[in-house]
Amino acid sequence: MRYIGLFIVILCGALLLYATQDFPAWGDPNSPASSHVSPHYIQKSIEETSVPNLVTSVLADYRSFDTMFETTVIFCAGLACLLLLRTFIQERGNWYYRHIPTEVTLHIKDARRIPKDIKDFERIDTLWVPYDLIIKTVCRICIPFIQLFAFYVVAHGDFSPGGGFQGGVIFGASLILLAIAFDLRTAIERLDEFKLGVLSALGVFLYAGIGMLCMILGGSFLDYSQLSKIFPVDPVHIRALGMLGVEIGVGISVMAVMAIIYINIASEGRQDEGL
Amino acid sequence: MNWLIDLFILTLVIVCAIAAISVRDLLSTAILFGAYSFMMCLLWAIMGAVDVAFTEASVGAGVSTVFFVAAVFRTTRRTKD
Repeated sequence: MRYIGLFIVILCGALLLYATQDFPAWGDPNSPASSHVSPHYIQKSIEETSVPNLVTSVLADYRSFDTMFETTVIFCAGLACLLLLRTFIQERGNWYYRHIPTEVTLHIKDARRIPKDIKDFERIDTLWVPYDLIIKTVCRICIPFIQLFAFYVVAHGDFSPGGGFQGGVIFGASLILLAIAFDLRTAIERLDEFKLGVLSALGVFLYAGIGMLCMILGGSFLDYSQLSKIFPVDPVHIRALGMLGVEIGVGISVMAVMAIIYINIASEGRQDEGL
Repeated sequence: MNWLIDLFILTLVIVCAIAAISVRDLLSTAILFGAYSFMMCLLWAIMGAVDVAFTEASVGAGVSTVFFVAAVFRTTRRTKD
């Protein structure tokens, strides 16, 4: 079995290497991609879409339909992760609480929990017991700046590298950092399952909604210049603003899906204790 | 001079890739995979694809490494094969 696998891998690799001979040379000016497609984008991008960043204009205007379904793929990945991993079977009572003033740890075996409104007790995980002031303090300082940077990446994506996808991933990473530095329940308290589910769908809805709005206003799907009929901005600027709206939709969806995947993997779907 | 940096990073990419599939400890594999992604990110940046490099750094080197570590935390650290 091992040798058959090795044989198939080597055969496929050899075929791929053989096929690469037919590719045009790297950066060849006479290749089809450089002689037809690229010059059109490079020369006409500003007058057709009025977006200074060429990559964004291709991603969110010429190929906007692709990007919409990429966002849908991300949404489906989060949905699949939730459906596969989420379980509602609770573990039998095995809770650990730390009494904060005396630092005594209580092990509660039956299904009773200490009520949440009693401030002297802090729930700690069975497998993972962090008690590190330095990491918590540093993360508490860092997380707002990471989130601010994520907003910058989304908002400034028209002009510089970045965009909704990267900004959403960075924002999701800040939530994951919160869950790692404190514990999973701290992150879940801020964005619970319901909110994350709604946000991940809202992002896709925002993207498709802007497209549909353009259609209702009389243009084709995702033709942003039609939006100037209801917003008091000239058609040149509304294209950039429509793209920004679309990127915000992508960012929201990606952020929520990253948090959903992490929370469900780290807690085995119980959304209770985790890494 | 530029091709020397290219060659160095490409070598590191290949070393990371081979190490990631041959190491038996899955946690090391996750870290090596993160290093691989980061080297790929440097390569994208050298080739001028800054957007792709940005995505690779945030998704490949950042979040997916965390996902792998979380999956290792909930399963097993040793490979079975």
